[in-house]
Amino acid sequence: MPPFARSLSGLAAFLALLLPSLARAAPPAASPTLAAVLARGVLNCGVAGNAAGFSLPDSAGVMRGIDADGCRAIAAAVLGDQKKLKFVPTTTENRFTALQSGEIDVLVRETTWTLGREASLGLEFGVINFYDGTGFMVKKSSGVTSARDLDGATICVEPGTSTELAIADYFRVNAMKYTPVEIQDLQEIHNAFLSGRCDAYSTDSSALAGFRFTQGAHAEDFVLLPELISKEPLGPMVRKGDDKWFDIIRWVSFAEITAEELGVSSRNVESFHDTTNPDIRRLLGLEGDLGKALGLDDQWAFNVIRQVGNTGEIWQRNMAPLGLPRGLNNLWNRGGLLFAPPLR
Amino acid sequence: MAVAALRPRALLWQALALGVVAGVIAVFSINAAHHLAARHIATGFGFLSAAAPIPIGESLISYTPSVSTYGRALLIGVLNTLKVAIPGCLLATLLGTLVGIARLSPIALLARLAALYVELLRDLPLLLQLLFWYGVFQTLPAPRQAMRPLPGVFLSNRGLRIPDLVWQPGFTGVAFALLGGIALSFFLARRTALAPGLAVRLGAFLPVLLLPAATLALYRPAFRVDWPALHGFNFQGGASLSPEYAALLTGLVLYTTSYVAEIVRGGLAAVARGQWEAGAALGLPRGAVLRLIVLPQALRLIIPPLTSQYLNLVKNSSLAVAIGYQDLVSIADTTLNQTGQAIEGVALIMAVYLSISLTISLAMNFYNARLARQAG
Repeated sequence: MPPFARSLSGLAAFLALLLPSLARAAPPAASPTLAAVLARGVLNCGVAGNAAGFSLPDSAGVMRGIDADGCRAIAAAVLGDQKKLKFVPTTTENRFTALQSGEIDVLVRETTWTLGREASLGLEFGVINFYDGTGFMVKKSSGVTSARDLDGATICVEPGTSTELAIADYFRVNAMKYTPVEIQDLQEIHNAFLSGRCDAYSTDSSALAGFRFTQGAHAEDFVLLPELISKEPLGPMVRKGDDKWFDIIRWVSFAEITAEELGVSSRNVESFHDTTNPDIRRLLGLEGDLGKALGLDDQWAFNVIRQVGNTGEIWQRNMAPLGLPRGLNNLWNRGGLLFAPPLR
Repeated sequence: MAVAALRPRALLWQALALGVVAGVIAVFSINAAHHLAARHIATGFGFLSAAAPIPIGESLISYTPSVSTYGRALLIGVLNTLKVAIPGCLLATLLGTLVGIARLSPIALLARLAALYVELLRDLPLLLQLLFWYGVFQTLPAPRQAMRPLPGVFLSNRGLRIPDLVWQPGFTGVAFALLGGIALSFFLARRTALAPGLAVRLGAFLPVLLLPAATLALYRPAFRVDWPALHGFNFQGGASLSPEYAALLTGLVLYTTSYVAEIVRGGLAAVARGQWEAGAALGLPRGAVLRLIVLPQALRLIIPPLTSQYLNLVKNSSLAVAIGYQDLVSIADTTLNQTGQAIEGVALIMAVYLSISLTISLAMNFYNARLARQAG
């Protein structure tokens, strides 16, 4: 989308805040977001649409990435079909307004969970779907091997991100100077870095790995510096005050983790219909009424696993090709941080 | 008085219209307040005095991320917008006038070239042109291989670096003296314009030289030059012009020039041919006819549409976001993103652009009215 169209959608979101909304008629006890999604039959899911590994259309025009699969999982759980989904591209700058105004139902856009955002935006984070950290990428030819060598450097960064805040802190604490080049359009940032306008490109290290991957044969010309200068837990966001919807977003993610833990995947999920394992029976809705309690049907997790897969499959499909080690994003019992409360 | 002449019914309609507008604004405000409260979104302008952790690449005043306030960051945004808008309007006027006159030139090649320029630049989207110029400036060599057109001047993909005079307190006095000298000379020149004798007329310009010279002699500030030098990644010292600024200014000026040229051409063409012929009959050269007879009449037709072009240039400068120049919109966007104060941020952007635009309109209307008085 060209920037002026983005500004337009930002303006539309801004106007939506001013105008009386039509959604106010929903009954107070139920989830207004869930009711709206069910009535519409389509989930409006805000993504980046330009970040390899998170959400980027492939050569056939299909959106690929863990954020894209996050949207699919919610659509599968809520509407029973992962295809009943509309990807809404958002920028770092209009993403929150798009969610606040109701233009999207959920924002799955590699957004960092911070106190400031949760306290002042009227939005909240459902869960962490990716553990990341701010990193720096430089050209191998520059000879830079550590972030400490970046004193005086020009750094390309996206405006309105937690990255720009992390860099400001890092350089201040280490008494170093830098010149920012802040460009909203990701493609223009990449061009500026490739042309040598910037000495370093900084963003979440996963996005840097994704960027290097998209350079194809030239990937070897770029080095990811060893320092990660901040914690960047990324996750989906929803509007505050809709606890039922919040629960759904959170438990869809937990269901994917639980499935990997139990060895249930999209390929073998059908074979479990006569299993005696009570954990798997509850997960797949063969036992208990957990889906109804969420406001969904009991097949919700079964649909998620069969149509989208468990956390391991989602990783293998989207992040492994970028050459990223799984690290913190592995299950808790394999050295990672993925841990789901019991589904019972 | 005009109001007294109005009939009561007309007054009633006007009051009704005013009431409707006020009512709509009130509905918007109440709804916004209701929605913000319902969504637990913080409101108010308190964020302006909070420390701004956002980095800013170029600034006319000092700024330290995480120490300076959001208010100061936004002020830098306003200054950066003006830094593009003011030279942009001046350059577009100058170039536009030249191209417009060239289009009416009896030399066919010059007229065709000017026409080609206007058609090409006017027909391409401005955003595309900005991205093009930004791409062009990025093809400049890296700092280590920087071009050195003059000693101490470096041109690289980090921008233009030139030696800078280290500012001494005395210089401010000299600058004021220079301004005062110009004003005084202007006044004297008008008084002596018709005076006999070249010496008297030239004498009117003496204050321009004398006043600053006297101030210099009084303060005797030290002249120290800050030479840029390659140090680590980039040049340190001297004054700099960033590629983002250069691309934005170039794109805006060349684009607006094509419109100004058409306005100037139209204005000149609207002056009756007889005026040119009368001037020629008096034995005046073509340049003098243009300057003394045609332009003064054309100006009254040129000023109103030219004002619109100035306003367009100022507003178009907000496309800076696309090429990473941190103008008001860019910094306000980042601010509202980091603080979540979307309505306040957008309101500030609107207030600033409205102020700049109204100032330009008022100044140009005043100038136009004066021209009309002189002519009448």
